[in-house]
Amino acid sequence: MAEIDQNNIRNFCIIAHIDHGKSTLADRIIEKTGLLTNREMQSQVLDNMDLERERGITIKAQTVRIVYQAGDGKEYVFNLIDTPGHVDFNYEVSRSLAACEGAVLVVDAAQGIEAQTLANVYLALDHDLEILPVINKIDLPSADPIRVIQEIEDVIGIEAQDAPQISAKTGLHIEEVLEQIVAKIPPPDGDPNAPLQALIFDSVYDAYKGVIIFCRVKEGRVRRDTQIRMMATGATAEVVEVGYFGAGQFIPCEELSAGMVGYLTASIKNVKDTRVGDTVTDHKHPCKEALPGYKKVNPMVYCGMYPADGAKYQDLRDALEKLQLNDASLQFEPETSVALGFGFRCGFLGLLHLEIIQERLEREYNLDLVTTAPGVIYKIHKTSGDMITLTNPSNFPDPSEIDYMEEPMVSAEIMVTTEFIGTIMDLCQERRGQYQGMEYIETTRALLKYKLPLNEIIYDFFNALKSRSKGYASLDYELSGYERSELVKLDILVNKEEVDALTFIVHKDTAYERGRRMCEKLKEEIPRQLFEIPIQAAIGSKIIARETVKALRKDVLAKCYGGDITRKKKLLEKQKEGKKRMRQIGNVEIPQKAFMSVLKLDE
Amino acid sequence: MKQDLGLYLHIPFCAKKCAYCDFLSWAAKENEQERYVQALLQEINAYQEFAKKYEVSTIFLGGGTPSILTGQQIRQIMEAIRENFAICKDAEITIEANPGTVTGHKLEEYRLVEINRISFGLQSVHDKELKMLGRIHTFEDFLESYEMAEKAGFTNINVDIMFGIPNQKKEDWEKTLIQIAELTPAHISAYSLIVEEGTPFYNQDLALPQEEEERLMYQGTKEILGEYGYRQYEISNYARRGFACRHNIRYWQRKNYLGLGLGAASLLENVRFSNTRQFLPYMKKSRQPETIRENQEILDTKSRMEEFMFLGLRMNAGVSKESFYRQFGKHMDEIYEQPLHQYSRQGFLRNTADSVSLTEAGVSVSNYILSEFLLDDASEHIQI
Repeated sequence: MAEIDQNNIRNFCIIAHIDHGKSTLADRIIEKTGLLTNREMQSQVLDNMDLERERGITIKAQTVRIVYQAGDGKEYVFNLIDTPGHVDFNYEVSRSLAACEGAVLVVDAAQGIEAQTLANVYLALDHDLEILPVINKIDLPSADPIRVIQEIEDVIGIEAQDAPQISAKTGLHIEEVLEQIVAKIPPPDGDPNAPLQALIFDSVYDAYKGVIIFCRVKEGRVRRDTQIRMMATGATAEVVEVGYFGAGQFIPCEELSAGMVGYLTASIKNVKDTRVGDTVTDHKHPCKEALPGYKKVNPMVYCGMYPADGAKYQDLRDALEKLQLNDASLQFEPETSVALGFGFRCGFLGLLHLEIIQERLEREYNLDLVTTAPGVIYKIHKTSGDMITLTNPSNFPDPSEIDYMEEPMVSAEIMVTTEFIGTIMDLCQERRGQYQGMEYIETTRALLKYKLPLNEIIYDFFNALKSRSKGYASLDYELSGYERSELVKLDILVNKEEVDALTFIVHKDTAYERGRRMCEKLKEEIPRQLFEIPIQAAIGSKIIARETVKALRKDVLAKCYGGDITRKKKLLEKQKEGKKRMRQIGNVEIPQKAFMSVLKLDE
Repeated sequence: MKQDLGLYLHIPFCAKKCAYCDFLSWAAKENEQERYVQALLQEINAYQEFAKKYEVSTIFLGGGTPSILTGQQIRQIMEAIRENFAICKDAEITIEANPGTVTGHKLEEYRLVEINRISFGLQSVHDKELKMLGRIHTFEDFLESYEMAEKAGFTNINVDIMFGIPNQKKEDWEKTLIQIAELTPAHISAYSLIVEEGTPFYNQDLALPQEEEERLMYQGTKEILGEYGYRQYEISNYARRGFACRHNIRYWQRKNYLGLGLGAASLLENVRFSNTRQFLPYMKKSRQPETIRENQEILDTKSRMEEFMFLGLRMNAGVSKESFYRQFGKHMDEIYEQPLHQYSRQGFLRNTADSVSLTEAGVSVSNYILSEFLLDDASEHIQI
């Protein structure tokens, strides 16, 4: 297809709550459009990272261009732009949406609307997208499409009576979705002869091509040899290749013009030069202004990451640098800990982002990691009038120098079935939540609104929410500024020595409870050693909790029989190996998993 | 001059497998036993050339239950050894025996082939405990066998006893200790029950004594036997003066020994290996001993140092710094500076100018301490 009429292009995304079937629908759409044979279909074509497949979530937006032979006899080009499905990546979602004219909203026929569905729909409406509701999983015995259609109309306020009722799993009624995409989602507009204006909605790093920019051309055109400029970062480069997205591969083409979605490469070595949300323009004939909505995303959650084996420090640095090539929101800088040695303080968009990076480091780079408790950025106002932003609890100043402190807050929306409202309200109260209101979505479900400190959310809130609601509650949140708070630094002492990697900052009202639970957990995790080990939690010089690991009293080899010492030696080696995996604090050996166990006290 | 050597001969048979036993042994028919003896004789004979370099000062017939063999079979084995190996005049020659399997006739045969030490596997004086362990004999059976052995002229007798048995109380153990000590055997092995994977005990819910109780049993052992004139010379071994088991000490001092028979382990000139543990291949190929060897490990300096320490420290006498220097050309204090310093300061090691040994507190947690003497791969002190 040399020339594509704008009228025959449809740019859209699929939005859904986790597990409502977004990736499966994407698979079916790709399948029905005939770009891939059945044999080529991997399950869930769009999610190409292992981790995503396992967890069923989309981390990085994937995009695919497909060709659809519609009922009207014409051939349409679909650009399906996948969106990350998690609150940590809200900004990325908004940029992906900005590249589309429409959104297919997938709602589970049994579960109905969830907190994240709502958040994503509102985001899509903010971008003036045409919303195309689709009721999925209609093959389930518990499917109740009539109720869900009513819910969509009542809660979101969009027409849903003729929403396709499909089963992405079995492929039922997928054509109906395709026809509605053609009929209801408007084609793109934009002048191909205007100066270039293209939105970057994602980028990946390729070892041969450099950064590959994913973009939506809003105005003008771009081709090989075009001198381009990133309007926010100011970086310039010469385009080497443009093209569009096959399933799982890049297909070069002549040019990308207004309305089209595709990629371009320009031998750019640093992903930081190609920020998501930035506008690409022609360096020689720039457009008047950048597209709206660009912002630099900043990490919200910090933690220390250390190689389990100190000798792997350089490997960890290399791995982080490589990950950063594809993920400009990942930040890190070197830090040292008395307990853990050399490592990095890393910044993330949220807890999921943190977990993803951690798992990728462990799986893709074979690194054994020790991670410290995640924390947020506190603002500490000193009596001297200075203000410091604190990302590492170890740098907490002397309390006498502190005038007051502030901590980041979030507005949280929790969708919950009515039977669990009480339980979830209790949880929010425990986590210092301020009740903001409640809306009934229907008679059996409600949307709870709370203002919560971010540090309570990142500390095992999601797990607690799921376990206390038997999995039914869903959460969405966004940052809502800083509030003054009474915070203290809680130190953990093992055998009277402070373990810096276990220090954290906590509200003074929950410090006692948290300290007690930390001590209990550490007692379970620290194996008995040759002497008694006190484990204490302290605020300043005041001990608020204590546990004791009793001394090891007996550990003797039985007789060595018939001179066969190999087994005995193996036993000793195992013992020695066990000690190697521990961190020496004074005379005490602390297993690495003890550092991690305190992150999940609610289990 | 000929080099010193010890021989270990493995007899993998017993009347019935005990519930805690993970040694290589099983209950076999008589003809299977006889065929094994023949294969063992062939293996012994195959060492004729090898034997010329050595003089044997200790022999140990272990199992299983070697006493399950007939007196004649034992005689054949010992004769084959004498035909091939030069044996010292004062060699220590031990046979393991289970109460109930020895007869006056067998004991006489043992004496005739100059077996001079007998080791009885008793475990307990309480029949209830014996039953629990799956032993086939009673305490009364033991007393009878013991008396027979004394009558046959055995003056160097060992009795194996066991603590940490399910439901055992400290008083029960002390009663076992006292009753055995009053028989005045030359040697007592007192070891704790270890529940090993793959044994029937492993999958049972056993009322094992609590750690503290077991530790007190262990401590009490040394005290009680001490009152009866026994001196502890190794973690699990106690002897009257002059009766420490020389063959056993050989293991701790890493002196040469050759293992003969199914699965038997050897240490020769700093090479460790063992015979196959599979019965049929052994039976087929025992006349060519080099073809049944497995797990050969040539010990490098690092391994030798490690073994020197973790085997040597099992003995109350500990390890000699001078001997370490003679063997390795390095000072023990230099190679093991950290653990020697740390654990002597904490009272688990006795570190003098000449030697290092475990203190009483150190013996109780010896696994923990001994594992500290394994060296890191990248230990920069050692150049091989």
